[in-house]
Amino acid sequence: MQRVLIIGATSAIAEATAREFARRGDRLFLVGRRADALEAIASDLRLRGAPQVEIRAQDANDRSAHETMIDAAEAAIGEIDSALIAYGTLSDQAACERSVDQMLAEFDTNALSQMALMTRLANRFEARRRGTIAVISSVAGDRGRRSNYVYGSAKAAVSAFTSGLRQRLYRSGVTVVTIKPGFVDTPMTAGFKKGGPLWASPADVGGAIARAMISGRPVAYTPWFWWAIMQIIRNIPETLFRRLSL
Amino acid sequence: MPTVPGSSWGRWPRHAHAQCVPVSDRFRAPDFADGAPCLPWGNGRSYGDSCQNADGRLLLTQGLDRFIAFDLDTGVLECEAGVQLADIIDLVLPKGWFVPVTPGTRFVTVGGAIANDVHGKNHHRAGSFGHHVTGFELLRSDGSTRWCTADGQHAAWFAATIGGLGLTGLIRRARLQLRRVPGAWLTGQSHRFGNLAEFFALSRESDRDYEYTVSWLDCTARGDALGRGVFMRGNHAPIEGRVPRERALRVPVTPPVSLINRLSLQAFNRLYYARPSARCDAATWHYRPFFYPLDSVLEWNRIYGPRGFFQYQCVVPPEPAQDALTGMIDAIARSGSGSFLAVLKMFGERPSAGLLSFPRPGATLALDFPNQGEDTLRLLERLDEITRAAGGAVYPAKDARMSAASFQQYFPRWREFGAFVDPRFSSSFWRRVTEPVSCKES
Repeated sequence: MQRVLIIGATSAIAEATAREFARRGDRLFLVGRRADALEAIASDLRLRGAPQVEIRAQDANDRSAHETMIDAAEAAIGEIDSALIAYGTLSDQAACERSVDQMLAEFDTNALSQMALMTRLANRFEARRRGTIAVISSVAGDRGRRSNYVYGSAKAAVSAFTSGLRQRLYRSGVTVVTIKPGFVDTPMTAGFKKGGPLWASPADVGGAIARAMISGRPVAYTPWFWWAIMQIIRNIPETLFRRLSL
Repeated sequence: MPTVPGSSWGRWPRHAHAQCVPVSDRFRAPDFADGAPCLPWGNGRSYGDSCQNADGRLLLTQGLDRFIAFDLDTGVLECEAGVQLADIIDLVLPKGWFVPVTPGTRFVTVGGAIANDVHGKNHHRAGSFGHHVTGFELLRSDGSTRWCTADGQHAAWFAATIGGLGLTGLIRRARLQLRRVPGAWLTGQSHRFGNLAEFFALSRESDRDYEYTVSWLDCTARGDALGRGVFMRGNHAPIEGRVPRERALRVPVTPPVSLINRLSLQAFNRLYYARPSARCDAATWHYRPFFYPLDSVLEWNRIYGPRGFFQYQCVVPPEPAQDALTGMIDAIARSGSGSFLAVLKMFGERPSAGLLSFPRPGATLALDFPNQGEDTLRLLERLDEITRAAGGAVYPAKDARMSAASFQQYFPRWREFGAFVDPRFSSSFWRRVTEPVSCKES
């Protein structure tokens, strides 16, 4: 039995991941912005096998509340074994090009607040010499592309941050997992034309995330073939890449 | 996911939709006002165009897949409408409960099971799915919500929505009365019957003592063998056995032509009838092969090739049933076509709960035909003539072609139902079967 903290628990991917933990009989603490949606998910997870599910309605962008949030989680379900940071917004690239404020706000949500949260979790786990921190980054962070480089660069920051954090915490036995999903059929991607082999279901991705968190895999592309796709995209020379409209 | 939103299980027709709107939050209403008419789409297991809405919008409900409450003692389950029967079984069977009624696939959503008032092998005992729905929440495009029950304040909405083809609004959550079972296994028997008269006799004899009865019919057999088949009957039983593997095969690609043709049909039907296990006095089944033999081959609908296939399921009243079925088997044989799987069952007497429900007393026959264009359509129209003459009906969930005149005869309460259709909801099926009927057609 594990005690799992999920921040951004109302996202489709987070919910699918939580179902995997519920099936294993783990205890869960869910953080999200909306109490009604969290309560609905908590009831479902209890029926699916989680012995305890507690919720807290809170905006993770409020960095000053991170410490009390982790305190509340540990008071409710006990010392956290594993934490998943799963929130984020798919930035409107065009709007972020027009508005500096919007660009910075997106960066706040998708990078800075997550780095703040990871730092607090890391310091706690490092002192205890155990624990797992997982964060949902994205294949979009592997290379900036004109279609979504604001989102992509925020995810690049998260990926680089976790890479360094992983090295730092390795010696104290704390695991850091960087998850890089490709296209996932969720409400966040509602604006896309879907279908075809590149699109994965939240259930498949959730299963892969739970497995990566349990096994302590450092970097998990999900589905796996995105690793190969991103190897190619990363290795296109910049002189050619700048001409492409990816 | 294998099922592409907007497709139907028969893979014909294939309409284009203006938009697919995922609905995953039961606390927030989709924006109904802005855009084309809507139709809820669960898991695309309807065969024809009742789950399609050409140039309209589909409300994809697969994300509405949360359990809400389950009472272990009473077997009352409340869940969101996109939960599939497979998920329910996985949750409740280890605790000694089972779905009260199930169609031949467990990959249907609760919302879809309500909207088509689906039936199963226990219709003669348990009625159809709607009989076990103790309530549901219906969201209308004007933003209003109703908790509908069979005898409460919104009983009329309940009757319209059971079997209402998703046209009365969006079902967001529902409450079901499950049935107790001793475990995952069934026991029973399998018998060959040589003709339809023997089938009716076996049915009469079995319906009393067996909760589940169903027959497979060899519709390639003619002459003395016409109407032969295999009758199966079973009950839940407290036995244990080796659980079949969960992993399913998948038809990986769509072949360029249908693999179902006259040769393969004859060969399959003869083998199926002649196989030794067609006669067994003490059969035991795990629930999966018993209820869902085809679920073990994912995307089996691909074997019919790129042009897809038609299902035809009719019900004819008991008295003319034998003559009507004989006429149908004869018409099929004469057309040179044939059905890979022909399934025959006697429905019970219990009146269905919905205005547009398909199940009614009589014999129901389900057939599959590869889509060979005009020839197939002619055959199906010929079958409709027989069904109409017998005073029967055809199942909308499996239909892609019945005429408006046929529909309006089969479902005489369709105008009454029309008053409950949400003004911002529609489907390709509904537009097709509510066209004004000209004198020539009727």
